[in-house]
Amino acid sequence: MNGELKELKLTINGKPYELKVKPQALLVDVLRKNLRLTGTKQGCLTSSCGACTIVIDGKAVKSCSILALQANGHEVTTIEGLADGDKLHPIQEAFIEHGAVECGFCTPGRVMSAKALLDENPNPTREEIREAMQSNLCADEGYVKYIEAVEIVVKKTQGGS
Amino acid sequence: MREFEYFAPKTVKEALSLLSQYEEEAEIIAGGQSLLVIMRQGLFTPKYLIDVKGISALDYINRDEGKGLRIGALTIHRAIEKSPIIQRHFKVLSEMEGNLATIQTRNWGTIGGNLCHGDPAGDPAPVFIALMAKLKLASLGQERIMEVEEFSKDYLEVALEPNEMLVEIQVPTPPPNTGTAYEKLTVMKGDMGIVGAAVSITLSSEDGVCKDARIALSNASSIPLRVREAERQLIGKVLNDDLLAEAGQVASEEAETTSDVHGSAEYRREMVKVFVRRAARKALERARAG
Repeated sequence: MNGELKELKLTINGKPYELKVKPQALLVDVLRKNLRLTGTKQGCLTSSCGACTIVIDGKAVKSCSILALQANGHEVTTIEGLADGDKLHPIQEAFIEHGAVECGFCTPGRVMSAKALLDENPNPTREEIREAMQSNLCADEGYVKYIEAVEIVVKKTQGGS
Repeated sequence: MREFEYFAPKTVKEALSLLSQYEEEAEIIAGGQSLLVIMRQGLFTPKYLIDVKGISALDYINRDEGKGLRIGALTIHRAIEKSPIIQRHFKVLSEMEGNLATIQTRNWGTIGGNLCHGDPAGDPAPVFIALMAKLKLASLGQERIMEVEEFSKDYLEVALEPNEMLVEIQVPTPPPNTGTAYEKLTVMKGDMGIVGAAVSITLSSEDGVCKDARIALSNASSIPLRVREAERQLIGKVLNDDLLAEAGQVASEEAETTSDVHGSAEYRREMVKVFVRRAARKALERARAG
């Protein structure tokens, strides 16, 4: 039947979830509303701003442009999955230390884009960092510090080379 | 978003059975990077949505010299961009993909979904037209092959029958001394092109005369537009920059540009001139390099 709830099984931040969702539910809505993982932000809903960026199977994607049911069987990482208890992820630390946060709305999406980049390519060039963060828009005109913060993480993890 | 019934077949056959059952009332979703935008806007309201994204059998890139390149319809853009095979043998495809939307979109969106969406501003179709690519379309128990050039019918309309789906893109190995390039006008990297031009040039190995040329435009008509008159300006001649400019001029006359917030019809026409020449220069350079 139309609109009938469908079963969705997926792993989020290492934890298995089983829930029932409407077929038309977007992944961002299920994360935020059903599961209360509100770290992922909903910005434009037109696949433009990147605020809803999460990682699926190691790749950065926009959770506003994926049906929740399309994530069935996949491994999802959201901003909530980065810190280890009270210990922040090095990307989060670098963002704070370097002041790469303005109002903060676009920050989770940016951190997730950086996470996907560094997991795949631990030693990216500045150009590669710029490309990876290209689709995370900031309304506060803060683009340089985000890139520098990722460079700081690279320097630290690559032993200052 | 309007309600729909959702299916996630795991094989092509299952998907085709569902299509033959529901026909016009069903729509296929692959990555949904274009489709979900228009569904959210209420412009498109399918009753049955068949999600083919999970059909892993249609996710592949392979090549041999004789058959050429074969890309499964559900290969994501990012895989094409990063494929060593494509970077080596079909550089233009990798370049085009590297400038198609953003990494997040390329990580989930598929090449087949892009072509079937039928947006004349899409980048892959004109490049595939320049590369003489064909599409394999499947329905239950049947397959047919269609040139990419024949596939688009109108704005967001393609030549798929209601019971058919795109399963493969086939790109022949280009003849020797062929160069292909794609250039598009954007405000920001990754934007949809305000206009774009794909040009393929084949030179004769004996006298350097242009043996064949193919030019296709993006966002200059309601479909990805092949401009044959512009091609004729080049074929049979020893190419120089004036001839490339002439091809650009003729292409801009053939274009059926319209106005929108990104540019007027007149501006687009001017830019067709510029971008055909720009892509043709690059294609010629590549053809000369072998």
